[in-house]
Amino acid sequence: MVKVLIPSGALGLGYDKAALDRGIAAGPDIIAIDGGSTDSGPSYLGRGVSKYSRASTRVEWQGLIEARARAGVPLVLGTAGTCGADSAVDWLVGITREIAETTGQRLKIAVLKSGQAPEVVTAALRAGRITPLAPAPEIDEALIHSCTNIVALAGAEQIAAALATGADIVIAGRTTDTAIIAARPLIDGCNPGGAWHGAKIGECGAICTTNPASGVIQVDFDAEGFTIQPMSDKARATPHTVSAHMLYENSDPFILYEPGGHLDVTGSTYAALDNRSVRVTGSKWVPSERYTVKLEGARKAGYQTIALALVRDPRYVAAVQDWCDDIHRRTTEKVLARLAVSPEDFSIELRQIGRNATLGPLETNETPPTEIGVLGIVTARTEAMAEEIGKMLNPYLLHHSLQEEEEMPTFAFPFSPAEIQRGEIYEFCLNHVMQLDDPMEAFRLEVIEVGP
Amino acid sequence: MTRLGDIVEKVRSKNAGPFWMTVDIFCGTPAAFARVSGLPIARVAALFQTDHVQIRRFDIDDLNVVKFSFPRPQVQGSIHDRDMHGAAFGALLAELDLDA
Repeated sequence: MVKVLIPSGALGLGYDKAALDRGIAAGPDIIAIDGGSTDSGPSYLGRGVSKYSRASTRVEWQGLIEARARAGVPLVLGTAGTCGADSAVDWLVGITREIAETTGQRLKIAVLKSGQAPEVVTAALRAGRITPLAPAPEIDEALIHSCTNIVALAGAEQIAAALATGADIVIAGRTTDTAIIAARPLIDGCNPGGAWHGAKIGECGAICTTNPASGVIQVDFDAEGFTIQPMSDKARATPHTVSAHMLYENSDPFILYEPGGHLDVTGSTYAALDNRSVRVTGSKWVPSERYTVKLEGARKAGYQTIALALVRDPRYVAAVQDWCDDIHRRTTEKVLARLAVSPEDFSIELRQIGRNATLGPLETNETPPTEIGVLGIVTARTEAMAEEIGKMLNPYLLHHSLQEEEEMPTFAFPFSPAEIQRGEIYEFCLNHVMQLDDPMEAFRLEVIEVGP
Repeated sequence: MTRLGDIVEKVRSKNAGPFWMTVDIFCGTPAAFARVSGLPIARVAALFQTDHVQIRRFDIDDLNVVKFSFPRPQVQGSIHDRDMHGAAFGALLAELDLDA
């Protein structure tokens, strides 16, 4: 049997310390935690940075490193620094060095990098080894070279290689959320369907329980399946909470694709062992003919300036669509007349917060609002252009009247300056898999020692 | 008028990666599940303004859950995307009139 302790859904989200201590006391074989996902958007991968506070990350990571030392087992982190780019791995390695120095621990760290050089990806594209998933953007070599970061999602094989170094800590770049949990039970010959299924259920920590915020869970893997139990005394796992977690962020709740195959849970059974732990059996792992890893890539998509005006006058609230359309038309005309730009160099969007800013044309609820926040979003090819266009938008948002013959209205601006520079923005541009002959060929593994 | 959200426990939407959206309807009871299961896919397609062949539907009776997954109308985080995490799409289904 293999006991995996999962402190939280992600490093940076916090965990219940008492529950972690309980998990350590239960004698885990390994501690595994995720460090990121694409869910916060393309900017983090584009820039290769973490979304979480460095100080919070350091405090939580130090707590886990200390827990690891008490348990005397490896600590594995996947998708370092939100995006798992090489720079984000280096960032967490740097934090780990600081912790090792200040706490006086000598630590052996296996560093697994998932970043892909554009030349490697274009060579794979030419060789027909890149396959689009649905729906995939069109790609060519120029697009691949325009990415600021491309990462491949490592699976259990690469994590197993990192664990085989005998490291105290594994810091991995982009991995699948499940691979860091599934690797150890797979190495030890546990049921492969159970290993991947238990990993999927456990990957978000206590989200698969009645108390998601409690964080810490333990998954026990064996020859037939797995058993899941929360470590917090305020949380319970039930067959419903556990099986329902297969729905979470999954387009298909029964099939999960991973490097080297897929998990099929259509025949899984979920049984309550007591009122807080659940036993799962019958999950199947189906190996694939080809070994593929998913690619994620982000590239620059221009610069943004935004501005917010608050419309409270009932007449303007009632006519806000006309008001926005008119401002859009007039600002666009002014931009084209006064700046040396063409229409494809920029876009202006006015979103009506309080009416349909969230869903846009899909909105079906027409309840009249009291006020509307008009969020002006300017996207342009350069930062200077975005700023100039934002400043041309400003007088309209402040004073534009519905009719020419009326006293000049003024709208509420919450800030000075009214324009907010959002800087460079990014977009996701890959939804593809890359075929490998050897699971390690796209990844780099290095062992370092840190601390006194 | 019977709004879907009034007869079920919870409607939740979320990204399933940057290119997909998924909406989970936790019906709570077999009766509510039967009612939501009867929802024609064409109505869901119209609500999300997408082609019904693009929508994957799962009616999971042992959980009393109905799930719809479909390609995101805008790729997550692209300049015209309004909802980075896909958090609000469920509201459209919750407010859908089942009697209409």
